[in-house]
Amino acid sequence: MQKLGMGQAVNQALREEMHRDPNVFIAGEGVGVSIHLNPMFPTHGLLEEFGPSRIKDTPVSEAAIAGLAVGAAEAGLRPVVEIMFNPFFTLASDMIVNHAAKLRYLSGGKSAFPLVVRMKSGAGIGAGCQHSHNLEAWVAHCPGLKVVMPATAADAKGLLKSAIRDDNPVIFIEHMGLYFAPMPVPEEEYLTPMGQAEIKRPGTDVTVVTWSGMLGVAMAAAEKLAQEGVQVEIVDLRTLVPLDKETILASVAKTGRLVVLHEATRTGGFGGEIAAVVMEEGFRHLKAPLRRVTGPDIPVPASPPQERFYIPNDEQLIMAIKEII
Amino acid sequence: MTISAEKMKEMLWTMVLSRRFEDELMDLCKIQGKIPGMMILATGQEAVGSGACAALEPEDVIITNHRSHNHLLAKGANPNVLMAEIFCKRTGCNKGKSGTLHMAVPEINAPCTSTVVGAGPPIAVGRAFAQQYKGEKRVTVCFFGDGAAAEGSVHEAMNLAGLWRLPVIFICENNVYAGAQRLEEHAPVLNLADRAAGYAMPGVIVDGNDAPAVYQAVVEAKQRALSGDGPTFIECKTYRCRGHGEADPQHYQPKDEISAWQEKCPVPRLRDTLQAQGVITAADFQDMENRAAAMVREAVRFAEDSPYPSPEEALEDVFAE
Repeated sequence: MQKLGMGQAVNQALREEMHRDPNVFIAGEGVGVSIHLNPMFPTHGLLEEFGPSRIKDTPVSEAAIAGLAVGAAEAGLRPVVEIMFNPFFTLASDMIVNHAAKLRYLSGGKSAFPLVVRMKSGAGIGAGCQHSHNLEAWVAHCPGLKVVMPATAADAKGLLKSAIRDDNPVIFIEHMGLYFAPMPVPEEEYLTPMGQAEIKRPGTDVTVVTWSGMLGVAMAAAEKLAQEGVQVEIVDLRTLVPLDKETILASVAKTGRLVVLHEATRTGGFGGEIAAVVMEEGFRHLKAPLRRVTGPDIPVPASPPQERFYIPNDEQLIMAIKEII
Repeated sequence: MTISAEKMKEMLWTMVLSRRFEDELMDLCKIQGKIPGMMILATGQEAVGSGACAALEPEDVIITNHRSHNHLLAKGANPNVLMAEIFCKRTGCNKGKSGTLHMAVPEINAPCTSTVVGAGPPIAVGRAFAQQYKGEKRVTVCFFGDGAAAEGSVHEAMNLAGLWRLPVIFICENNVYAGAQRLEEHAPVLNLADRAAGYAMPGVIVDGNDAPAVYQAVVEAKQRALSGDGPTFIECKTYRCRGHGEADPQHYQPKDEISAWQEKCPVPRLRDTLQAQGVITAADFQDMENRAAAMVREAVRFAEDSPYPSPEEALEDVFAE
């Protein structure tokens, strides 16, 4: 099996879908000629392969990029646009929140908006809070948007291909920390359906629900706890909207314990939604109070020791698990 | 440019129909209290939508805003389904989900009415990009107001349209007021079309109460767009005779200013021109008014007789299956 960073896996997905469907085009800042001459980045080499009519470098204009996607999607194209960093989403948010998400509803179901907005997220690059800010809970809170946050290169590829073929707007959030570590990706063509979580590690004693960059933290903690005889089951959500409640609830029914782990800040974070779902629909299975392990309620600091302090780690997760087993 | 008698009559007809339609809305909303939500009318501004849409083919696209009724009717929307939508009934063009403010009529290539001021231009740019990408010989017209011209999204959209030479026509309906602010209170220039130079597109100023002038400007803009010369900014100087919405007491608008503009009403103006040219007779005009009244009566009957959607239907149409 080939080994790819998540950026390369995204690149393969984009290539395959552009070859398959002439209605797919890509637009954004530096998607053609980039300041990063780095093959690990998702749009590397696409301009050379598909040319400037389908790989559209734009001005620094997030609202226009998102509006381009909305208008072109209504006309039947399948735009895949890039908002360079998740916090810059705020500049595009009217087009995404008030238009991509709502125009189908306002049309009474007549129009469809098959578009994908790709964004890089995640702390750990020393860039500070205006580049590293995980806003998935904001978009998950907007009816009409699907929200995908893969944790592996293979999932990123399969989910992005599904997102491009989906007739709804999809917010596709890629953790930058995953761009550079090679991970196995199947050689043959495949699609990974949205709305299906995956058990990344089976266990019997406690469920950890997580997504995106935190999967590695969960796996490291599970490895250590296994040596102490604690079997952690890791549910990788992969998709926040639609949310795979069944897999979460089935896992909690099996283990009776839940810790939600996410990199985003705590208050109003998507972990609260997972906790609420389990309290409402799986309370009878819980043998102990659930826990959340999240970033603290601060902007992501730039200073390396403070940034490491911000990002949830395996020791924090182990401590939270030990509190409830 | 000579404008055919048919085009002239088409413009006058859609203006007469729009006026009758909106006069009825005024009554339904203010006197009869039958329409939920806000009511935003374009009374006195009909020459813009009617003039512009007369220059378009059915396959051309319009993107409009909160003051949309005239634009949609002039583009060919069915008055029955518009009225039913305004009544928020199931038979409305959007099954009651849009109401008067957000009507989407994709079947006449009017896929988006956005009430977020300044949101239309980026979407129009996307729609025009699709026309360019597919190699269609079509244009997208975007109607927005002088207030919207202050939005950053409008700058971004025009910049991209100018850069990519997109077949989009930006029609700024300058009706002097953005909410309660006069133009000179929210813009440092008197002519918003001056800004077009910054996007390498022609900035054209027309009398927005002169439908044939608007038509001519749009025909020329369309020719430029279709020959690959990109977008045009057309500023139509007109006036908001009604309030921002019907709940607005207009206390900040001088009464003599309103009445002076009412004297410049675009409907009798085109009527008189066409009668003087012998294109129509007084009886022809009366016939138009009668037809418009009958169509609006029928639209109201259709809307009133239609059922509301069920509460549970609110759960539908969020996602495509």
